[in-house]
Amino acid sequence: MSDTTPRTDAKICGMGHSMKRKEDPRFIRGQGKYIDDFVLPGMLYMDIVRSPHAHAKIKKIDTAKALKIPGVLAVIDGPTLAKYNLHWMPTLSSDTQMVLPIDEVMYQAQEVCAVIATERYIAADGVDAVEVEYEPLPVMVDPHKSLAPGAPILRKDKKDQKNNLAFHWEAGDKADTDRALAASDVVVSENVYLPRIHVASMETCGCVADFDPAQGKLTVYMTTQAPHAVRTVLALVAGHVGLSEEKIRIVSPDIGGGFGGKVPVYPGYVVAIAASVVIGKPVKWIEDRMENLQADSFARDYHMKVELGAKKDGTMTSLKIKTVADHGYTNASANPSKFPAGLFSICTGSYDLKHAFCEVDAAYTHKPPGGVAYRCSFRVTEAAHAIERATDALARKLNMDPAELRMKNFIKPEQFPYKSALGWEYDSGNYAGALKKAMDTIGYDALRREQAEKRKRGELMGIGICSFTEIVGAGPSKQFDILGIKMFDSAEIRVHPTGKAIARFGTKSQGQGHETTYAQIVAEELGIPAAHVQVEEGDTDSAPYGLGTYASRSTPTSGAAAAMAARKIRDKARKLAAHLLEVNENDLEWEPGKFSVKGAPQKSKTIQECAFAAYTNHPQGMEAGLEATHYYDPPNLTFPFGSYICVVDIDRGTGDIKVRRFVAIDDCGNIINPMIVQGQVHGGLNQGLAPALYEEISYDGEGNISGGSFLDYYVPTSMESPAWETGHTTTPSPHHPFGAKGVGESATVGAPPAIHNAVVDALAHLGVSHFDIPITPEKVWQVLKAKGAAE
Amino acid sequence: MAKHKISVTINGAVRAAEVESRLLLVHLIRENFAMTGTHVGCDTSHCGACTVVLDGSPVKSCTVLAVQADGCKITTVEGLEQGGKLHPVQEGFTEKHGLQCGFCTPGMLMTASALLERNKNPSELEIRQAISGNLCRCTGYVNIVKAVQYAAEKMR
Repeated sequence: MSDTTPRTDAKICGMGHSMKRKEDPRFIRGQGKYIDDFVLPGMLYMDIVRSPHAHAKIKKIDTAKALKIPGVLAVIDGPTLAKYNLHWMPTLSSDTQMVLPIDEVMYQAQEVCAVIATERYIAADGVDAVEVEYEPLPVMVDPHKSLAPGAPILRKDKKDQKNNLAFHWEAGDKADTDRALAASDVVVSENVYLPRIHVASMETCGCVADFDPAQGKLTVYMTTQAPHAVRTVLALVAGHVGLSEEKIRIVSPDIGGGFGGKVPVYPGYVVAIAASVVIGKPVKWIEDRMENLQADSFARDYHMKVELGAKKDGTMTSLKIKTVADHGYTNASANPSKFPAGLFSICTGSYDLKHAFCEVDAAYTHKPPGGVAYRCSFRVTEAAHAIERATDALARKLNMDPAELRMKNFIKPEQFPYKSALGWEYDSGNYAGALKKAMDTIGYDALRREQAEKRKRGELMGIGICSFTEIVGAGPSKQFDILGIKMFDSAEIRVHPTGKAIARFGTKSQGQGHETTYAQIVAEELGIPAAHVQVEEGDTDSAPYGLGTYASRSTPTSGAAAAMAARKIRDKARKLAAHLLEVNENDLEWEPGKFSVKGAPQKSKTIQECAFAAYTNHPQGMEAGLEATHYYDPPNLTFPFGSYICVVDIDRGTGDIKVRRFVAIDDCGNIINPMIVQGQVHGGLNQGLAPALYEEISYDGEGNISGGSFLDYYVPTSMESPAWETGHTTTPSPHHPFGAKGVGESATVGAPPAIHNAVVDALAHLGVSHFDIPITPEKVWQVLKAKGAAE
Repeated sequence: MAKHKISVTINGAVRAAEVESRLLLVHLIRENFAMTGTHVGCDTSHCGACTVVLDGSPVKSCTVLAVQADGCKITTVEGLEQGGKLHPVQEGFTEKHGLQCGFCTPGMLMTASALLERNKNPSELEIRQAISGNLCRCTGYVNIVKAVQYAAEKMR
C-alpha cells in the first residue's frame, strides 16, 4: 500500500496533482454550453403529449384544435411515424420499444404524440389542445404477479412471448451451492428490495435535431453519454429512410449530470430527429422535470432473496440469491449483451466464498422501461447491497461484531489475482487494510462503547459497515459489447509543432472532469504541461470511436488509451531526440518532458524540441508529424473497493435519522487527481444517502406514479447531507497501464448498505432485523411504536 | 395574448422587452436576453438552478413572471465578474472544487453571493441553510460549503 506521490513537478502537473479543473472557468461564468443553450436559425420547438393511463387503448387522437393555434405547425403521432417505419425502435438490450404508439399505451407518461411549433410556449399550448380518447385497460404493476402462471401477457406485440418473462439469467453452480448451504452450520436469509429510483441529474434530457436537406446531413446536439454508439444505432435503425452513418453527426455538449440516465435513446430524441428530417428545420426538444422523472429510464427495482451460509466460527461458505427484477414495459437496460443482469455476479463481494449461485427473473409490467446502471457498473449496487446486508444479518445471528466477521472472511492480499466462485478474476485488493483504516479513522471501538452506554440510557445510536468490491471498466471486448459493438475505448493525441497538444476521446464527461484528468495523463506520459493539453470529447465528427462514459469505464479504458497513445508518441520522440543529439536512441534516458544522453545529462532535448523537429527537421525516411491513436481493449476489468462506516442517531420521538458521521475509505488504485477523486466520492456518497433514506418512485395499483416531481421525489439538500469524511488506500491495478481502477461510482455502491446497516444496528437490541429502503422517519417511528420504544 | 412593455436593469444594463403576461423571468433572461448562464432544472421551484438576485434577494426565476420584474434590478451569474475580476464566490468554487457538472453552479453562486452580502461571517450551518433551496447532484455539498467559506474570508 503506498500513496501516489507526484512524479512530475507542478508545472507539468501529471498524475497525483490536485490540479484545478480546466472546465471551471466557463462554468463559474455561466458560459457552459448545455443542450437548452443551443439556438439555431429557424429552430422549432417540440413538446410531447403523454398518457395519463398506465395501460389503455387509444381510441382517437384529435389534433384539430391544436393545429388551429397560430404557430403550431404539426402534430406527429404513431401512424405518422409508421409511414416511415420509425414507430418502433430497438432498446440497447435488443428488446423493442414503441417510439410513438399506434393504438395502445403501456405505461403512465408514455409518449403519445408530439407537437411541433415555432415557440416553446406555443408547443406547450398545442399539447394542452390535443384531445386523446382512451379506453383504460387492466394494469399489471406487481412483477411477482406478472411472472405468476396464468398472468395476462403484456407484450402481445412479441410473437414468441408466452409469458411476462423478459429474460432469465443465472451464474454459478446451483446444485453445488445448495449442497454447501445444506452443510452449513448457520444460514441466514434476508430479503433485500432496492426500489425504483431515478438518477435525477440536475439537467434533464433533450436535443436539437438539425437536418440539412441540401447536404443530406443530420446533426443532433443531444444529452448523451455515448455519442458514437448513438450515431451507429441511428444509422442501423434509420438506414431505410436514407440516414447513412457518414451523414450523421452527434454532438454531446456540456452535460449537466448523466449518472447512466443519459445512455439510453429515448423516444423524444427519435421524434425530434424525424420531425427535423420531415420539416427540414432544426427541432429542439427539452424535457421538463416531471417528464424526466416519470418517463426516462429508472434504476434498480430488484427484489432479492439472499441466503448466506457459514460455519459456526463465522467462516462464510455459500451464497445464493434469487432475484425478481421489474423491468417495466420493455427491457431498456443499457447492459452488455451477454450480461442481461449486468455484473450482478459480483455479489460474492469482498469475501472468499467458495460456493455461489445467483439468478434473475426479469418481469414486464405496466411501468416505464429502464434498468439503467445509475452510477454503477451494471447492477453492482444491487449486488453489493445484497451481500452486505446478508453479512450483517449473519453477524447478528452469530453474535459476532460485523467488522470482525468481515475481517475473517475477506479475500486476503496474497490470494490475488483471485478467481471468484462466479467466474471473475479480481485484479488486486487489500480489503482488511481499507476496513482497518476506516475503523481507525472513525474510532470504531470507542463508538461501540458509546453505543453500549447510550443503550443503557435508552438512546438510539447505530453503527453500520459496508466493505464493497466493484467490478468496472468494461471491456474486455471478448466478453463485452452493446448491441454487438465491442466495449473498447479510444484516445487520439496530436502534438503540435510548438509542443502543445490536442487529445480527443471516445468517452464523454458529464461532470467527471475529463478535460483535466485526461490532460494530466498525457502530461504524466509526455511531460507536456497539462495546461498545454486541450481535451475534446463528444463530437463524433472529430473524436475517435468509443462506447462512452458510464460504468466507471473512462479511466480504465480511455484513460488507458491516452497513456498508450502517449507512449507511441514518446517512442517517436525518442527517435527524433536521437536524431537531434546524433546518438543512438538506446543511449537516451527519459524523464518526464526530456530525453538526455546517458552519462551526459547536459546533452538533452525536451519533448517540445522533439515536437518542433517532427515538423521542421525530421530525419529522412521518417514520417513527419507527432501524433498517435490508440484503441484500448482492457485485458480484464478493474476491481475498486472500499470500506465505509456510518454512525446514525435516531430520534425516538419522530423516528428521524441523522447521519452523524460517515467515513469512506476508497481504493481506486493509483490516483490521477486527488481533488477530483475526493469530489466524486462526496457526490457518490450523497447519491447513496438518497436511496437509503429518501428517494423512491412507487406506483399505486392503477400504475399511477408517486415521486414524479421534485415535490415528492426527495433529492437530499445541504441540510440532510452530512460532512462526509474521506480517505484512501492505494492498491494499483496490475493490468492497467498506470495502475488506476476508476472511482466515479464506488460511493453510490458502498454508501446505501452502510447507512442501511447502521439504522438496523441502532434498533437491533429491540429485536429489529429488517427495513426496506428508503428508511423514512415514518417507517422507523412505526417500528418504535410497535416495540414500545417511541417517545 | 396581451403583451406588456417592461424594462429591467440586468447586470447593470437597462433592457426593454415586450412580453406575454405568462412569460417566466427565467425565459426572459435566457431567451429574450440570450444570457444562458441561468438554468432550468425543475418546474416546481425546488432545485434553484434558476436562482438570480432580484433587488438584492435571491429568487427562483422560474417562479417569477417577467412582468413582476418590471423596473427591478437583476443580477445573474454573468454579472458576478466585475472588470475582469472574478467575484470571490466564483474563485472559491474553483479553489475548493465546489462544482462538477456545473449545471447547479450559477444558481449556487447567486445564492451564495446574496448570503455574503447580508452575512459576512456565516457559520457552516448558516451556509447550509442558505443553499438548502439549491440542489446539487454531484458534489455532496461539502466542497460548496468550503467554497462559500473561502469567499467569506476573502471578502472580509
